[in-house]
Amino acid sequence: MHGLVNRALQGFLIDTYGEVTWDEVLSQAALPAGGFESMLHYEDRLTGEVILAASAVLHKDRCTLLEDLGTYLLSHPNQEGLRRLMRFGGDTFFDFLQSLDDLSGRARLALPDLDMPDLTIQHDSHNRFVLSVRWGLPGAGSVFLGALRAMADDYGALAFFEAEEGEDGEERVVIDLVDQSFASGRSFTLGGRVA
Amino acid sequence: MIQDRVIGLSGTALDQLMPMHLWVGPSGLINRVGPTLTRIAARDLRGQPLFDVIDLHRPRSARTLEALLSLQGARLTLCLRCRPDLQFRGIVVGLPAGVGGLIQMSLGLSFAKAVDDCGLTLKDFSPCDQTVDLLYLREANAAIARESRKLTERLQRARQAAEQQALTDTLTGLANRRAMDAALLALTEVPVPRFGLMHLDLDFFKEVNDSLGHAAGDHVLTHVADILRSEIRSGDIVARVGGDEFVLLFRDCDDPDLLEAIGARLISRLEEPTIFDGQPCRISASAGSVLASRYDHPTPDRMLNDADVALYASKNRGRAQHTLYSEDLLAPLRPN
Repeated sequence: MHGLVNRALQGFLIDTYGEVTWDEVLSQAALPAGGFESMLHYEDRLTGEVILAASAVLHKDRCTLLEDLGTYLLSHPNQEGLRRLMRFGGDTFFDFLQSLDDLSGRARLALPDLDMPDLTIQHDSHNRFVLSVRWGLPGAGSVFLGALRAMADDYGALAFFEAEEGEDGEERVVIDLVDQSFASGRSFTLGGRVA
Repeated sequence: MIQDRVIGLSGTALDQLMPMHLWVGPSGLINRVGPTLTRIAARDLRGQPLFDVIDLHRPRSARTLEALLSLQGARLTLCLRCRPDLQFRGIVVGLPAGVGGLIQMSLGLSFAKAVDDCGLTLKDFSPCDQTVDLLYLREANAAIARESRKLTERLQRARQAAEQQALTDTLTGLANRRAMDAALLALTEVPVPRFGLMHLDLDFFKEVNDSLGHAAGDHVLTHVADILRSEIRSGDIVARVGGDEFVLLFRDCDDPDLLEAIGARLISRLEEPTIFDGQPCRISASAGSVLASRYDHPTPDRMLNDADVALYASKNRGRAQHTLYSEDLLAPLRPN
């Protein structure tokens, strides 16, 4: 697994629950102190063990934990860069949803070795979308559920989300887009943030 | 299929297809400007003479519409005169029935600056324009570069810390000063310390270094290290504590004659010339030793200092010899 994925998990646990909790998770998962480096690769099982340990330490079920992770990734100030990259997907939440088909391709353009899930978005009816997610580790659907909630807020859209089990390990998020311009949302300018 | 049939497009369709177009009429005045280009110019360009608005850099300057149209299909490099800092790419085609020409532009490599300065949004780009993907990539790459830089900085700090904590001299593989200090402290801290300490300094090493070069010097130091290593027992310690200075610690040693014998044997072995690049390198060594048993409470500082006194005595007597410390070596023999 790419270090960025593990590092995102680490950032989420530290920024949300503090260093002490993170240390506890590391020790429960029998991982060395210090944690992950974002530019290195790690065995897939380590990511699974961190999720398992965090779920036990925080008394949260796996789905809730991963949903919170998704929300954190696109709404926490420390992850502003990621939110910006997602906003390149479209000018409205509607456009953004359509752009999810391109998300993995875009990410691989920047980081060819990133373990991105296979994503397919289907525009089912007037205001209903279904996102299908397939990834090495179970739970990516929950991460996207939380992430899409955060993005709807970001765009100021009102939408309802529901997780569904698909076939053969596929996970689905069903999106009911009620109102595109429900609130003002957060600002986004194309230019501006390259250090 | 009908080749080259003229099609008509509404102005809105033109704006959507080519938001950075510029339509110039036969009189050389601008008829229509794409919305993104208008936004970049930050003024209404319609009705103005084309060459008051654009500045063609390449392939060559043109001052008339005819001259410009003769470049049909070529890759143009141009800018708006009101934004000379933003260099665009362009292409020009003649319009049928002599109604002028159409120039289509793209931001080229000025995309980042144009987006930053002119507050362009996603809507300002056609879905076919890859500028937004470029902006995305540029931002993603900057973030990745930041992460890589952080990792490099962390590794750099870790390497420096490791070097500071290292106990080995990198050239010779012997213990370094830090390792020797730790070992010496441990040896003095036992209830009844019994060990010997020898301070050994190479003679004529500087001459080898100066006449045969640093590589020869390094070769000699490695050779010296091999000899010292071969002459000690497994529990003893030999450390390189300076450029050509070594300290040896002999455990369970309380015999002045033994120390004298070791000192003499080391010096005679070090005097055997070693060959570097076909040249013999000749050195010798002076040494001074001290035994822990001669102190009530030996301390590292005291013992190192006394071994030093003995070493200077060897140097003063003409070098290439070993001296065991005793009180009568003090004051009169020390230089200065």
